[in-house]
Amino acid sequence: MTGIAFALLLTAALTGYMMNRRAALALRDGGQRLHSVGMFHGLYAVLAVVVPSVVVILLWLMLQAPVINAMVMSGLPAGTLDGLDSGARQLAQAEIQSIAGGRIFGSPESWKLDAAERLNSLRGLSGWLMVAVVALVVAAGLWLTRRSVAPQFRARQAVERIVLGLMIFCSVIAVFVTVGIVLSLVFESIRFFQMVPITEFLFGTRWEPQIPIRADQIAADGAFGWLPVLLGTLVITFVAIVISVPVGLMSAIYLNEFASPRFRAVAKPMLEILAGIPTVVYGFFAILTVAPAIRAWGAALGIPVAPNTALAAGGVMAIMLIPFISSFADDALSAVPRSLRDGSMALGATRSETMLKVLFPAAVPGIVGGVLLAISRAIGETMIVVMAAGLIAKMTINPLDSVTTVTVQIVTLLIGDTEFDSPKTLAAFALGLMLFILTLLINIVALRVVRKYRELYD
Amino acid sequence: MSDQSADIAQRHDWGSARFQSNLARRRRNEKILAAFGLGAIAMAFLVLAILLWTLISGGAQAFRQTHVAIEVPVSAEWVDPADPAKGNYRNVIRDAMQTTFPDADPSELRALSGILSNAAQFVVRDKVVADPSLIGQTVSIDVPTSDPYDQLNKGNVDTQSAENTRRLSDADIAAFQQLKDQDRISLPINWALFTNADSRFPELAGLKGAIVGSAYALLICFLISFPLGIGAAIYLEEFAPKNKLSDIIEVNINNLAAVPSVVFGLLALAVFLGWFGMPRSAPLVGGLTLGIMTLPTIIIATRAALKAVPPSIREAALGVGASKQQVVFGHVLPLAMPGILTGTIIGLAQALGETAPLLLIGMNAFVTAAPATPFDASTALPTQIFIWADSPERGFVSRTSAAILVLLGFLVVMNAVAIWLRNRFERRW
Repeated sequence: MTGIAFALLLTAALTGYMMNRRAALALRDGGQRLHSVGMFHGLYAVLAVVVPSVVVILLWLMLQAPVINAMVMSGLPAGTLDGLDSGARQLAQAEIQSIAGGRIFGSPESWKLDAAERLNSLRGLSGWLMVAVVALVVAAGLWLTRRSVAPQFRARQAVERIVLGLMIFCSVIAVFVTVGIVLSLVFESIRFFQMVPITEFLFGTRWEPQIPIRADQIAADGAFGWLPVLLGTLVITFVAIVISVPVGLMSAIYLNEFASPRFRAVAKPMLEILAGIPTVVYGFFAILTVAPAIRAWGAALGIPVAPNTALAAGGVMAIMLIPFISSFADDALSAVPRSLRDGSMALGATRSETMLKVLFPAAVPGIVGGVLLAISRAIGETMIVVMAAGLIAKMTINPLDSVTTVTVQIVTLLIGDTEFDSPKTLAAFALGLMLFILTLLINIVALRVVRKYRELYD
Repeated sequence: MSDQSADIAQRHDWGSARFQSNLARRRRNEKILAAFGLGAIAMAFLVLAILLWTLISGGAQAFRQTHVAIEVPVSAEWVDPADPAKGNYRNVIRDAMQTTFPDADPSELRALSGILSNAAQFVVRDKVVADPSLIGQTVSIDVPTSDPYDQLNKGNVDTQSAENTRRLSDADIAAFQQLKDQDRISLPINWALFTNADSRFPELAGLKGAIVGSAYALLICFLISFPLGIGAAIYLEEFAPKNKLSDIIEVNINNLAAVPSVVFGLLALAVFLGWFGMPRSAPLVGGLTLGIMTLPTIIIATRAALKAVPPSIREAALGVGASKQQVVFGHVLPLAMPGILTGTIIGLAQALGETAPLLLIGMNAFVTAAPATPFDASTALPTQIFIWADSPERGFVSRTSAAILVLLGFLVVMNAVAIWLRNRFERRW
């Protein structure tokens, strides 16, 4: 049905273009002076047809499923859903949907079959209704724009106004996304904080989200203090930064000051490859190669090493961050005015002295900004730690121990069942909110630092 | 005056031992710094080399699969000619092993049937269903072996180790050797890796579902992020007045580019799945999520490309009477297009490797068929890698590496196209 609606829309747009353009040209050939050339009269028709009907189709598709589901569920014989909790209701709804899709398992009750039939007929009806509404919108658009063709009609201005409006809409989408992120995180977090006090979440030192789902299940009572999770994140981030910053800085210094142009032309893209490798690949590398290697070293040295060390996760994360820090530092060093470098060399300083005593101090704000962005990346990095770090939250700062991170907890809490009213899944949103705030703050500080430094020389 | 300069010359006697040693120390420091820098780069390259070597050496094996060719007598005892689809093909396979190993007693046959992949019975069934006249005759099939034997054939099993530490007993190994001596074992290219979807059995698992799922998701990601990104970038770069709103949008986009990807997954989970009730695990939702993630990248790349078009082009067009939009759409945008496309392809390549948000919307489901539409449950390449990396069977380790190589292959192609576009169409003004 959606395909038919779009086909209708396209034909109408083409027809509108031809019709209006021809009408405008006919006026011109009749000896009248047109304000806008024929093409704009045509485009005006296209936009007047396409924009409203696309909006109608998208809104329809978005609202269709919830509305039809609500109608089917409310149309069930009275009393069928009495005494069922929300989980059982969702299950019944899912079963009705799968029956409607032709996947019948076992012998469902007759009311489910009836409901599935009703669902299918409603869906068909909705499809036809959508086509009809689109046809109506399209016809109205064609009729109105055809009437507007006149010598004095400012078709170009009208088209440009619509296009400008569309472009403003595109830019505002980005704002909507941010608002959507903040709203969804805050909304779900508030529900979480209604179940778990916010003070317990912020200052609690135990994180044991395994709560019993059924009454007879044996599990921990659940503790939602995020401090051990945060500490684990910081330990891994610290390991990653301690390894990647010196390596990244040194390679930037070499590339910027010592390397021949040919070496630089080869080495820089090679370093960028490290940044382009998907993180899931790094995660696999960590569990396949790095973690066993660290375990073997630990065994050889007689140090107790956990199977999922923070060192393995942080070390592999460091590899990912090296090109990031290196290119940031390289840019910062290159941005130092040439005169500083020339002045230092003219006074007889060696290249290393120029680098360490003149260029580097001048570039420090930019480099600090880069390191801050790298920290924010390390905190938000997910796949490496999901695969290589542990699951159990511990209050430890030993990098050879197994720790967990905010992102690991978000993913493990949400993989599998996602019931939207258990504190277990909602806790993931609270963690997500904290992660969002933390990375946002670091990013803002980093951008401030970078901007301040730019003003120094311009 | 001359006294003073003589004094300075004496104090700065460049030939003196003190200055010489000073100079030597400074030059040494220079070398040390350069060596450190070179060492850092060498270390990064070493890690890259180890990473690639691990993947290639591990993954290369998965591009070949051990097959065994046997003759299967299809007896009417097990398969009813009236309804060939419902036959007992497990017993048919057992008969085949009995003919291949005439000496084996019934208790051993069970283990011997395990040499063949679980798919063998379905291969025979499909052949018989297609041509029921085969009942009572012998069918030749060439099917994958099950994973332990595949590993054995590829030399990954240490036959000298203690028998109870490996999955194959000495008898199993002897039986396999017998098949090998009969020239029934081959090691062809593993096309199933690309033509099959996921499976619980490593020898049958393939990437088709993941590749199709990723393609759908990427297509939707492109359809969303490309027009929206270009529209936003043109407005912000060419039309936006300098006011509070433009500033807010600008800061917003920069911050959005740095939001951790897992947060976009949370957004998708709460909004697309929770509020709009979209289907779980669908490439449609994955594509939408990746699309809003890629949006800032494309906006930033497009703005850079638009900025690189010199103002003289705009002024000349304005001078001959074009309107502002005619200038942008007729002159600036076409000139900026190569840069925009390069940025878009790089953004899409990033989206292709993105895993975390897809995990949260359930694209790590176990799906044994490729999705027919973007609304069907599916995996994507990176999530498939994640699933396989978690699977304990030996065969999945090399398959994970192979899947990673396939993913990296796609990324290399996309980046190569981007670089080619840039070199081919880049203009210096």
